[in-house]
Amino acid sequence: MGEEVVLFGTRGSPYTCRIEIALKLKGVQYKYIDEDLANKSPSLLKYNPVHKKVPVLVHNGKPVLESLVILEYIDETWQGYPILPEDPYERATARFWAKFIDEKCFPAIFKSCWGEEKEREKAVEEVSVVLKILEDELKEKKFFGGENVGLVDIVAVVIGFSLGVYEEAARVELLNKEKLPRLCNWIDDFLSNSFIKESLPPRDKLIAYLRNRFRSGNASK
Amino acid sequence: MAKNDVKLLGAWPSPYVLRARVALNIKSVKYEFLEETMAPKSELLLQSNPVYKKIPVLIHGDKPICESQVIVQYIDEAWTSGPSILPSDPCDRAIHRFWAVYLDETWFPTMKSLLVVQAEERKPLMDQLSEGIVLLEEAFGKCSKGKAFFGGDGIGFLDIVFGCFLGWLRVSEKITGLKLLDEAKTPKLVKWAESFCADAAVKGIMPETDKLLEFARVLAAKRREAPPKN
Repeated sequence: MGEEVVLFGTRGSPYTCRIEIALKLKGVQYKYIDEDLANKSPSLLKYNPVHKKVPVLVHNGKPVLESLVILEYIDETWQGYPILPEDPYERATARFWAKFIDEKCFPAIFKSCWGEEKEREKAVEEVSVVLKILEDELKEKKFFGGENVGLVDIVAVVIGFSLGVYEEAARVELLNKEKLPRLCNWIDDFLSNSFIKESLPPRDKLIAYLRNRFRSGNASK
Repeated sequence: MAKNDVKLLGAWPSPYVLRARVALNIKSVKYEFLEETMAPKSELLLQSNPVYKKIPVLIHGDKPICESQVIVQYIDEAWTSGPSILPSDPCDRAIHRFWAVYLDETWFPTMKSLLVVQAEERKPLMDQLSEGIVLLEEAFGKCSKGKAFFGGDGIGFLDIVFGCFLGWLRVSEKITGLKLLDEAKTPKLVKWAESFCADAAVKGIMPETDKLLEFARVLAAKRREAPPKN
């Protein structure tokens, strides 16, 4: 019996990217549907009526919503590559850091590059604080997941990829190699992973898109 | 396991702390409850949750676990004898987790705003909450499949995430004079709320609405005196 896996997303969104990384790590065949957020498809609106957002994973007709929820669903549904560790305490730790990245890191990174002018300086400072926290959490590990990419690494695509792209597009410096050597090494290892590389959108296109969207006049949301 | 192997740092008014306590009760785990005054925060709290410095923190052995939804899932996975908190099917788990995110990121923040805004600013917030509660009523219908809880026969993850806020929900209703859970519009949730509060894992630890109301009034008075800080 064929299994149908469809991912609704937008190229360039780190939330969509995470799901692609996870599906590729698990070796799941899926169909990708790119959504134009200014003109959402009836399917998207049907599958996510509450938030009308991407990503949405549809597995055999049933929608799964919210990127962190989708990542756990993927890990529980398909065997093979473990996204979350087995030990309950390590799982709790992974979930904690995934949430930290989503709540504290990405919003600050975004604001520091694309926020209102008066908010940017404060956001840059905040980025410095949160990145240092992650630097300390990495300790001597190659990845947040240990020897291999895990949940936190996947979620941290916002740091592994988006951060560098935003820095370049907005001409803002956020990553200090002297202050954050471990994190910089992690970024190199992250970007060298073949499944991750396959899931990343083309960098130049994304930079052009971001500059166009957010720098022509006021940042509108 | 010795009682002092499990400690919970918390405070009685916190619905997030209540989540951890309900989960521990479901698993019949003995624990030491360490009441935090939060002003000042204890050394133990600052050491065990240096990132957020917030409660609840579960300390199992010497390992701290933070963030209430992470704690509840940890409790479910660390203590495997006793009823399961998350459903077993991945689809059902995803549904519980989706609504848990919705509650914590969308619905509860709006409800909390209701407690601090001026009376004339309440209407749009109430409208948002009313729309949301209708969605939750529908979700209950689908998740419970005719049974008493989102989790079915017994309290599950979504019951805990939502149910532990019932005290504060009732405080909001008293302060605003407006009903969020309503026999006419949300009959299933009204019944569910009664079942949740009467459950053995919840009864006795759910704070009384009047005590919470008094606590809210004291907090509001303090806010009026001091400039708000985050």
